[in-house]
Amino acid sequence: MTETRRAAFDRRQRRRSALVAAISTVLVVAVLVVLVPLAPGWDRVRAAFFDVDEFRSALPKLWKPFLLNIRIFVICTPLIMVVGMLVALARNVRSPALYPLRLFATLYTDVVRGVPVILWISLIGLGVPGLFQERAWYSKGIVWGSVALVMCYSAYVAEVFRSGIIGIHESQRAAARSLGLSSGQSMRSVVLPQAVRRVVPPLMNDVVSLQKDVALLSVIGAVEALRRANVIVAKTFNFTALVAAAVLFLCVSIPLTRLADHLLVRQIRRSSGTAVR
Amino acid sequence: MLRIEHVRKSFGDKVVLDDISLDIAAHEVVCLIGASGSGKSTLLRCINLLEPIDDGAIWLDGVDIAEPGLSADPVRRRVGMVFQSYNLFPHMTVLRNITLAPVKVLRRSKADARSAAIELLGRFGLADKADAYPDQLSGGQQQRVAIVRALAMQPEIMLLDEVTAALDPVLVGEVLSVIRDMRDLGMTMVLATHEMGFAKEIADTVCFLQNGRILEQGPPEQMFTTPQHPETQDFLERVIASGRL
Repeated sequence: MTETRRAAFDRRQRRRSALVAAISTVLVVAVLVVLVPLAPGWDRVRAAFFDVDEFRSALPKLWKPFLLNIRIFVICTPLIMVVGMLVALARNVRSPALYPLRLFATLYTDVVRGVPVILWISLIGLGVPGLFQERAWYSKGIVWGSVALVMCYSAYVAEVFRSGIIGIHESQRAAARSLGLSSGQSMRSVVLPQAVRRVVPPLMNDVVSLQKDVALLSVIGAVEALRRANVIVAKTFNFTALVAAAVLFLCVSIPLTRLADHLLVRQIRRSSGTAVR
Repeated sequence: MLRIEHVRKSFGDKVVLDDISLDIAAHEVVCLIGASGSGKSTLLRCINLLEPIDDGAIWLDGVDIAEPGLSADPVRRRVGMVFQSYNLFPHMTVLRNITLAPVKVLRRSKADARSAAIELLGRFGLADKADAYPDQLSGGQQQRVAIVRALAMQPEIMLLDEVTAALDPVLVGEVLSVIRDMRDLGMTMVLATHEMGFAKEIADTVCFLQNGRILEQGPPEQMFTTPQHPETQDFLERVIASGRL
């Protein structure tokens, strides 16, 4: 089949765009590579942060602590989704008997989101273990630090879910109710499945962010990757270990970010048809 | 079987239903006509208790269903409603759309609900669409599915709210023929419609609404040929001038 006029034009345009993008990228990178080493302190910085030998020796030491990060992340994520959903639903209850629940859920999202995550982790991670005498698993700071993380993130996630629920058009609820479904049944079968699908991209955004914020547990002494890197820095007086830790975080967060982006693009394409040029 | 008595309804200061009274017998087909904003849709939504009325009564088989505080769910089981914008559930197949309420509300077994749904779909020429999703269907097909979904609850009355208003003229025909089939099955129906020709053909009673009042009602022959009220005459003249009758 011969190429249509449109297809030929599109092909030329694509080639041109790719060329322009490549040239401008090369230029910017070249400028950075040339300019940064010209800075007067570059040699000092390079020795302190980008020492190849230090990097080689730090990476294996950081690997095990980083697995702790991943473990906390993997355990916290489903808990956050469940708690976030429950809080979102509690904010939506209409029954007067359940008003305290609604009030509590509203207060919860307001208060929790109103204080920095790192502060919650310090308060709960250091405070609550003080309540226990014995050295049980539940008296560890890391457990309560994770609880603080779940608490904070579920407040954010609850708002994401709630916006999804509100975003489902009233006519869907009307259709469900007109068939005789109770409000609970309408929520479960009709509203929530649509709402959850719609908020997957913003949820992924929070998941990416959580993966990095696990490092905040270092403030209460959990030996995760950042903490371990700091220990190495204190010993060697060289900051390369921090860069090594950053590389480990990137190894997880970049694929997650790409996934989130992919989901978002797919959703936009599905809901709004062809992109407008 | 359905008696509407002195129903009033306002949204804020705006009076949308102003002392509406209407009697609907079993197997009767009532068409509500009138300009947009005359209260047709609101009246239907009130009968299905999607909107609470401010005053008056709605009697369904001797029970006042508009009694404040009465649970709406048992009433809605007996009164089916179809909307202008179809309102199918986009995340479910056609079959799931239809079986959802029979299974959840009437506690029918999934197999029973399925076979009943498939039979209904077959009757309305949609047998091959059972596993399709709503966005894979044409508007006319979606609206027919919405009608089947309401019918699957075996309602005693069907309320149809401008069900053809979002369709192109070709698709209107297929939906109207479904409504004709329902009438032939003896379904009691209340329709809000702009399809005057169809109202003339199918209705036992036509009601002309304006500003939330029923200005005139009667059999279609009388309403469309010798309307009594000057407002009805005016409305019909404009409809005829626009070529819709």
